[in-house]
Amino acid sequence: MKRKYFAFPYIVWMVLFIVVPMVFIFYYAFNVDGTWTFRKCWETLSDGQKWRVLLLSVEIAFGTTAICLLLGYPIAYILSNMKKSVAGFISVLFFVPMWMNFVLRTYAWRAILEYALPSILGSKTTLTGTAGAVLMVLVYDFLPFMVMPLYNTLSKLDKSLLEASRDLGADGVKTFFRVVLPLSVPGIVSGITMVFVPAITAFTVPALIGNGNYNLYGNEIEQAFKVLAGKGDYSIGSTLSIILLICVLISTAIMNHFDNDKEGGSIL
Amino acid sequence: MKKFGRSLKYVYLGVMLLFLYLPIIYLIVFSFNDFAVGSGRRISYSNLGKWNGCTLANYGTVFSGDAGSSLLLTLEIAFASSIIATIIGTAAAIGINSMRKRPRNIVVNVSQLPMVNPDLVTGITFMMLFAFVNGVLGKLGKFQIGDFAKLLIAHISFSIPYVIFSVLPRLKQSSDLLYEAALDLGCSPIQALWKAVIPDIMPGISSGFIMALTMSLDDFVVSYFVADRIQPLSVFIYSNTAHGSKGVNPALATIIFIPLVAMLLIVNLRRLAKEREYEIQNKKVKMKK
Repeated sequence: MKRKYFAFPYIVWMVLFIVVPMVFIFYYAFNVDGTWTFRKCWETLSDGQKWRVLLLSVEIAFGTTAICLLLGYPIAYILSNMKKSVAGFISVLFFVPMWMNFVLRTYAWRAILEYALPSILGSKTTLTGTAGAVLMVLVYDFLPFMVMPLYNTLSKLDKSLLEASRDLGADGVKTFFRVVLPLSVPGIVSGITMVFVPAITAFTVPALIGNGNYNLYGNEIEQAFKVLAGKGDYSIGSTLSIILLICVLISTAIMNHFDNDKEGGSIL
Repeated sequence: MKKFGRSLKYVYLGVMLLFLYLPIIYLIVFSFNDFAVGSGRRISYSNLGKWNGCTLANYGTVFSGDAGSSLLLTLEIAFASSIIATIIGTAAAIGINSMRKRPRNIVVNVSQLPMVNPDLVTGITFMMLFAFVNGVLGKLGKFQIGDFAKLLIAHISFSIPYVIFSVLPRLKQSSDLLYEAALDLGCSPIQALWKAVIPDIMPGISSGFIMALTMSLDDFVVSYFVADRIQPLSVFIYSNTAHGSKGVNPALATIIFIPLVAMLLIVNLRRLAKEREYEIQNKKVKMKK
């Protein structure tokens, strides 16, 4: 028996449960009651409100990614410069919350923003239902996903390069911007991809923290499926998902391009 | 100045850790809160901001109602799906590794799809698939795919790629000669795999299993779209907290958090101890020289 046949069960599984389900999105987007048509799809696409939500989601996802990068880079940098045993322990502390159910943590934030913080600040209004609150909890949820790849890249950085840079007369700041930062680009890129795409599709945080005032693109899709699916109408949700997939594809393509470019550059 | 800089670093890490742990600490503190309200002593978790006094009552009721069965379901699905995913995924990785270049590239690229796809898309595609299949089965008058089977299939599917991609690098490192040698020494192909190849790639298999387990335990979005009647823990929490409903017993946070921290601490302290031992041994070897 040849070893390659061991992949056979998986290939059957892959076709049934990875390829076929993807086909359904395209089927339901362009097929209404058994006939192929662009009508339903066009109706969804010409709804300006959907595009406004997409724009808002991209903006919030950009904000989340930028803040995560600004907060996460120093964490990863400090950890990578610590003694290995200490850094290993502290980095675990940063990743523990990832294992704890994130719906539960988001729920806790709602309680904090709704009751605890206002009573500490002595204000009558709750802090939930604001764009700032949604942004903050999104940053909270995705920060470990930014720190992890950055820490992995930075801790593998060859320390003798830093010494070389110092020997050649660069000060700490210059060494950071000319040596450390360019070499950590792969980590930055994978951090950004790990935060940006999930941030566009997050629908729990806007639902729990935004009080429905800041529905993002994920909420549009969720509602299209949860509300309309009972009537067997998947077309709106499917069309919205195709747009989402295109966005994901574009952002991964940009990221890959950027990553390769820089890697090539660093060899030169 | 240097000392100041160093303490500033620790302050920054401390503040960030506080930010990450604040909601967890908040829930644990409130798990000791007395939630009984009104003359009927009705329990209401909806107000998580008002301190009514200390009690351990929440821990007595933490598994009562749907919470207990949800937690059990989550654990069942997680272990069943990650064991099956590990078996299929390891076999797949062994197969993929000995494929020729073109079919291998196709399989590897398709396998990356579930990892790149947002959870939301994975969830809705499974929802449509099962609705379609159940529709067809319904017309034929046959049985329907139940919620447990749906959850299991979905969880296995999104876990398998993580197993494959943690086993594949190991297989690439391990030499093909190992398998050949085992055959030459009289093993049947199955024995050769079982006795020579599998032990060699075991670290990859176990880290794939851990990844699959983590993915399954952590999943909310896919389960939310796939299951109709039964609720894994994350769906239970969401449906009880969204849309202004009754809230969730905060003792649940402690129940999840304490074993998690204990496990991670044990694993890490062990690793630290091993590293220390290794260092000491290295020193001894050097001294002998």
